[in-house]
Amino acid sequence: MAGDKGQRRMTQCKMMTEKLNVYYGKRHALKDVDIRIRSHAVTALIGPSGCGKSTFLKTLNRMNDLVGNVRIEGQVYLDGEDIYSTRMDVTRLRKRVGMVFQQPNPFPMTIYDNIAYGPRIHGIKGKEQLDGIVERSLRQAAIWEEVREGLYKSALGLSGGQKQRLCIARALAVEPEVLLMDEPTSALDPVSTLKVEELMTAFKQKYTIVIVTHNMQQAARISDDTVFFLEGELVESDTTARLFSHPADRRTRAYINGRFG
Amino acid sequence: MCLKGSESEYQRNRSSHARGVEKAAEILFGLCGMSAILAVGSITLYMIVNGIPAVLQVGWKEILFSTVWMPTAKEPSFGIFSVILTSIAGTFLAVLIGVPLAVLTAVFLSEVAPAHLASIVRPAVELLAGIPSVIYGVLGMMVLNPLMYRLEQWIFADSETHQFTGGANLLSAAIVLAVMILPTVITISEAAIRAVPPELMASSLALGASFVQTIFRVTLPAAKSGILTAVVLGIGRAMGEAMAISLVSGNSVNLPLPFMSVRFLTTAIVSEMGYAGGLHRQVLFTIGLVLFGFIMVINLVLHRILKGEGRP
Ligand SMILES: Nc1ncnc2c1ncn2[C@@H]1O[C@H](COP(=O)(O)OP(=O)(O)OP(=O)(O)O)[C@@H](O)[C@H]1O
Ligand SMILES: [Mg+2]
Repeated sequence: MAGDKGQRRMTQCKMMTEKLNVYYGKRHALKDVDIRIRSHAVTALIGPSGCGKSTFLKTLNRMNDLVGNVRIEGQVYLDGEDIYSTRMDVTRLRKRVGMVFQQPNPFPMTIYDNIAYGPRIHGIKGKEQLDGIVERSLRQAAIWEEVREGLYKSALGLSGGQKQRLCIARALAVEPEVLLMDEPTSALDPVSTLKVEELMTAFKQKYTIVIVTHNMQQAARISDDTVFFLEGELVESDTTARLFSHPADRRTRAYINGRFG
Repeated sequence: MCLKGSESEYQRNRSSHARGVEKAAEILFGLCGMSAILAVGSITLYMIVNGIPAVLQVGWKEILFSTVWMPTAKEPSFGIFSVILTSIAGTFLAVLIGVPLAVLTAVFLSEVAPAHLASIVRPAVELLAGIPSVIYGVLGMMVLNPLMYRLEQWIFADSETHQFTGGANLLSAAIVLAVMILPTVITISEAAIRAVPPELMASSLALGASFVQTIFRVTLPAAKSGILTAVVLGIGRAMGEAMAISLVSGNSVNLPLPFMSVRFLTTAIVSEMGYAGGLHRQVLFTIGLVLFGFIMVINLVLHRILKGEGRP
């Protein structure tokens, strides 16, 4: 019975951290963070600048490994498997946990090659198969109609909003299970922002999404769960509806009402 | 009133004085700029005026495409085809050997090496650029040539026809040139690689690409125009080098085969200008003109690349 219950908890919870501590040299950037990220839900990370949102996001796909003097303590689980264990293959992990960055940054190659980049890396060579992946990913990111005529043009010629949707398509092309997005709309105009927000709501069917945002309305609009960070500590984590209507901590209330940060 | 008047007077004086200085400086800058143009212009003119007469006398086909170089024979022949090919082949080989080495070093310096190691390697590379070319020549002669000779003896042990060069051959020259272009190519490639936005590499890694895949599929392509610039500058350097290779290349006119003693456009001029006279001397000027032409083309290509870089 107990095993059954545990099993169910695991299927609902895609990623989980336990006593997660991150240090940049002497700087203690994350302090004892325990989080559960529900599967097939959008989780929003909010908090003032420098509170550790990006740091937390990067621990989920081990992009922090690239930083020079970083030290990570505690556990991060993906489907119950510790991603910092020595047995974990980091490239496989990053294929399963994709990432979209704040600044749209397509590779300096054609639109087609941008999307096909990930699949090719993971060994897919067939032209037809790649064509299929490219079209599917671009459709999912709602940019197919805009670029189908110019698939072999440089991706650098697209507008900012198009570039960001291209980057989303590029991340989707390797069929991740989790998609991490660090302020994906902060460099975009309102119309493009709306398009990306619509995507995220649609993605829930297939993916688990974690998004960092500075925009309270955005968090309220699109997320199911919200996590509030302050100075490296997790202050409050709840369903978005509850966190925004009945915050348990006064610091959360102050933040969402725009009184600091 | 009075005060105000004198003040504006002062200002007027001052500003007319300042205007004078401005004007003078402008003219001075203009003159300096002009002198560069004048220098290039007069050198070009000089090269053409001195290089053309031999062409007219011997015939351009004969000079450019004959392989027989016997300038002091009774019936002299002035074919520089082998020499032109040697310069092209030597430069090509030097680039073939030097550029991969240099680009990988640049990757090492910009992306792999920890700061303290990079801070040792980088000055070493810069020092390499500062060593006079004659030193490279002497070192090549004393270290590289004997090794090359051993290799030559081993490869051509059974050959009846091979003329032994003592290791002073095209390959030795190409290796020395390859080392000499390293600093140029490394420094400029490193700058180009550093200019690639880190997010671009992060994006690649975040898709599950390995570090090596990221370097070869994203970073280097993104730094392409800078690396190309580095290569072209390296070609220019290799093409124009004379001193070092005159010591290691054996210096006899042959078609550029790896184990042949060869003479380059530059070394041809260096080794014969001292004693040549008459038509022979004029042909040496023609060789200079050909070299000049190569350098001009290389600079044109470079100009194109740099102009292309400005565009997105
Ligand atoms: N590579 C690094 N080296 C040293 N310190 C770092 C590094 N990255 C982040 N930090 C520090 O860790 C803390 C958390 O940074 P982080 O980028 O996670 O904040 P954030 O919540 O994403 O802020 P923002 O909203 O401005 O993006 C900050 O104080 C920051 O200065
Ligand atoms: Mg951040």
